[in-house]
Amino acid sequence: MPRIVFRLNGVETEIDADPDSSLLAILRGPLGMTGAHFGCGANECGACNVIVGDHAVAACDTPLWSVADKDVTTIEGLGNPQRPHPLQRAFIAEQALQCGYCVPGILMSAAALLMQNAKPSEAEVRSALDRNLCRCGSHNRMVRAVLRAAAEMATP
Amino acid sequence: MTSPAPAPSPKLPVSLAANPVLSSWVRFSSDGHVTVSPGKVEIGQGIVTALAQIAADELDVDIGRIRMVRASTAGSPNEGVTSGSLSVQQSGRAIRHACAEIRQIFLAAASDRLGVGCDALEINDGTISGPGNVRTSFWELADEILLDREATPGATPKSSAQRTLAGSSVQRLDIPDKVFGHPRFIHDQALPGMLHGRVLRSELSAAKLTGMNEDGARGVADLVAIVHDGNFAGVVSETEGGAEAALKALRKDAAWSSAETLPDESGLADWLKAQPAESTVIDRRTAAATVARHRTIRRQYTRPYLAHASIAPSCAMAQWSGDRVHVWTHSQGVYFLRADLALVLKLPLENITVEHMEGAGCYGHNAADDVALDAVLLAKAAPGRPVRVQWSRADEMSHAPFGAAMAIEIEADLDLQGEIVDWRHSIWGNGHTARPGRAAQPALLAATELANPFPRMISTNPPQANGGGSDRNSVPLYDFPSWQIQCHRLLTMPVRTSALRTLGAQGNVFAIESFLDELAAERGEDPVAFRLRHLRDERAKDVIRSVAVRANWKPSRRAGIGHGLGFARYKNTGAYCAVVAEIEGAEDISVKRLTLAVDVGEAINPDGVINQIEGGAIQATSWVLKEQVRFDKARITSNSWTDYPILRFSEVPQVAIELIQRPDFEPLGAGEAAHGPVTAAIANAVFDALGVRVRNLPITRERLIAAMELTS
Repeated sequence: MPRIVFRLNGVETEIDADPDSSLLAILRGPLGMTGAHFGCGANECGACNVIVGDHAVAACDTPLWSVADKDVTTIEGLGNPQRPHPLQRAFIAEQALQCGYCVPGILMSAAALLMQNAKPSEAEVRSALDRNLCRCGSHNRMVRAVLRAAAEMATP
Repeated sequence: MTSPAPAPSPKLPVSLAANPVLSSWVRFSSDGHVTVSPGKVEIGQGIVTALAQIAADELDVDIGRIRMVRASTAGSPNEGVTSGSLSVQQSGRAIRHACAEIRQIFLAAASDRLGVGCDALEINDGTISGPGNVRTSFWELADEILLDREATPGATPKSSAQRTLAGSSVQRLDIPDKVFGHPRFIHDQALPGMLHGRVLRSELSAAKLTGMNEDGARGVADLVAIVHDGNFAGVVSETEGGAEAALKALRKDAAWSSAETLPDESGLADWLKAQPAESTVIDRRTAAATVARHRTIRRQYTRPYLAHASIAPSCAMAQWSGDRVHVWTHSQGVYFLRADLALVLKLPLENITVEHMEGAGCYGHNAADDVALDAVLLAKAAPGRPVRVQWSRADEMSHAPFGAAMAIEIEADLDLQGEIVDWRHSIWGNGHTARPGRAAQPALLAATELANPFPRMISTNPPQANGGGSDRNSVPLYDFPSWQIQCHRLLTMPVRTSALRTLGAQGNVFAIESFLDELAAERGEDPVAFRLRHLRDERAKDVIRSVAVRANWKPSRRAGIGHGLGFARYKNTGAYCAVVAEIEGAEDISVKRLTLAVDVGEAINPDGVINQIEGGAIQATSWVLKEQVRFDKARITSNSWTDYPILRFSEVPQVAIELIQRPDFEPLGAGEAAHGPVTAAIANAVFDALGVRVRNLPITRERLIAAMELTS
């Protein structure tokens, strides 16, 4: 098995695996990082979104070889209860979910948006999340939470 | 409006009567925690938090001391299934009552120990104190008080004014885990020594496996076993990737034959009405005096099969140990699932333990139970080791049960003044439930695939006393002088159906509220006034008046914009909900804004109620604008998100909710109240904007064009 090296949540990570494996399978399997969720396996729902470089991508549709030497950020690397990302704080404050299965992917799409556009409009938030599906109908709360996080991040 | 005075319960709440031992609900530990064990499960509706609020309130302990236990057949109260918006009604009442009694038991024990009368004692975060600075606590008394005793009907829960937590928007207990990506879902669990399984299913409906060459799969690394029993086949592997690869190999070399013909999708209403059916008169009202009928209006409304379409594919784990099996599942009913597993496995119930673990939102009976049997069957090939099985997206969208398609015909007799003098409502469709654990045969998919198969269970309808199924919300809340409601439940079931959120209520409310709108429009009468004039229930009138005020009914006309009203009381006994929809469009309809007024009695967690109502409203918008299960003669073809699209962020309407608080009335579930009224409000708004009645859901461009052709 060839060795692939990339930075996962800031940590140099080496993995011996089939380079054609999906990044999601590697994260959830050998790396034991189950924050990115399997939803469809076809890049249609966004539940497995992670950030590669500064773009949100579907980990299920991202071959391992393509992240060699790149930065990969998953929900586990976004923040934690001790040091939550403003988006995570805002999702709690807005109680912005019901079942929450889609949330890690949505948070990563939103985080990528805020990296590129610190002050998005509501329409820009909706457009950035348009490839993420939510079945419970928590969309409006999530949009409010993203705008709240953006406002918080803009305040020095 | 006057409030009923709180009175001692004359009898035990239903869930407590069925599970009367107090310690099965609540236990105390000397380290300062209260363990609360409901029989209902978290499916993303926030029930665990609402129940913790109720317990903390009644016991006077900080909510942080409450530990909520996941339901398991190993010890939880048996509360049947988590469905029908009944969790707060059933589990909440049981816990409130049990805690009220437990509080009295502790107060009596404290009174004995401290030599102070119960009336002089007070409880503050579990510490019981009285005059002269005497004190003890739940934790001190925990070991000496035996709660292994049966609840009695006499206990009086606190009045609404005495509660501090119920009625406040406590943050949900499960949300932090979910935003930090901590493994909380069954999908994210890794048990020691866990294997991975996959089941081979054809895309054909009820297919026969006529040939299977195992050689390819046997050559795949990490393979543990191939399981083949009749039309059921699957693989077990050391790794998830290995299981996927072995399944792919097995699929490549499998031959199937089609065993079933699906109906013609384009003529669904005619097909539904032509099938053999069991016909029942649901309700009949006879007029005091006969009024001359001047004319009759008849309309037919339909809704398609709808998919639960959970964001997560169904998943389960099972582990055998000798002739005993432990199952982890996101089923809505752990005891019911156990009963079905026992039927299939021919094992006594006590050999099977079924434990709940959270899954994604399921919105009814999806494949959660099916995949549990899959896991049990595959795990048999690897004794002693847990096997995790997960369905594919395609299987989830095509082999899980669907919400039943419905054809609904309403006829109204009008008198000379155009007033309704008789009302006839007829429903054709499959039953709305084929849940496990209710019948002498199992309801699980794999049970129909084994070499010694069980027949596929034909869906039935719950009795009217439980809210009915096809007939749910078919009896009008409006005070018409006479009516007859009839239900024709199909006795054939080529497309598998079972409980989807609201059962038949969405279809029936869509039909009734659309038809009323048609009648009001024909009379030139305002839809709000027309409804209020026909209602007697003040709570019903209140939600309609409230939504009218909140939505500035009726907003002035603007080109391309329409407004519509919808109303229902869910199950005729549950939550009241009225909706004004604002839509825009000509060819493609977009819903811009939904304004809702809701009365759920006592709202335990108001933000939780609003979250549920808002989610229901948005999901219903998705059903109305986009969703229908597609199929050809042999297979379900809508087996991906591309072929079964749902509403996206940019298409979601603004939603405003007015919650009418009634703390002195019984709490009612909120999860299903919005779907019917939202559906009707959107359809009525489309008519308002375009002058076109779309009576066949979903309201897509094709359906709009078809309706326009019918109008012109």
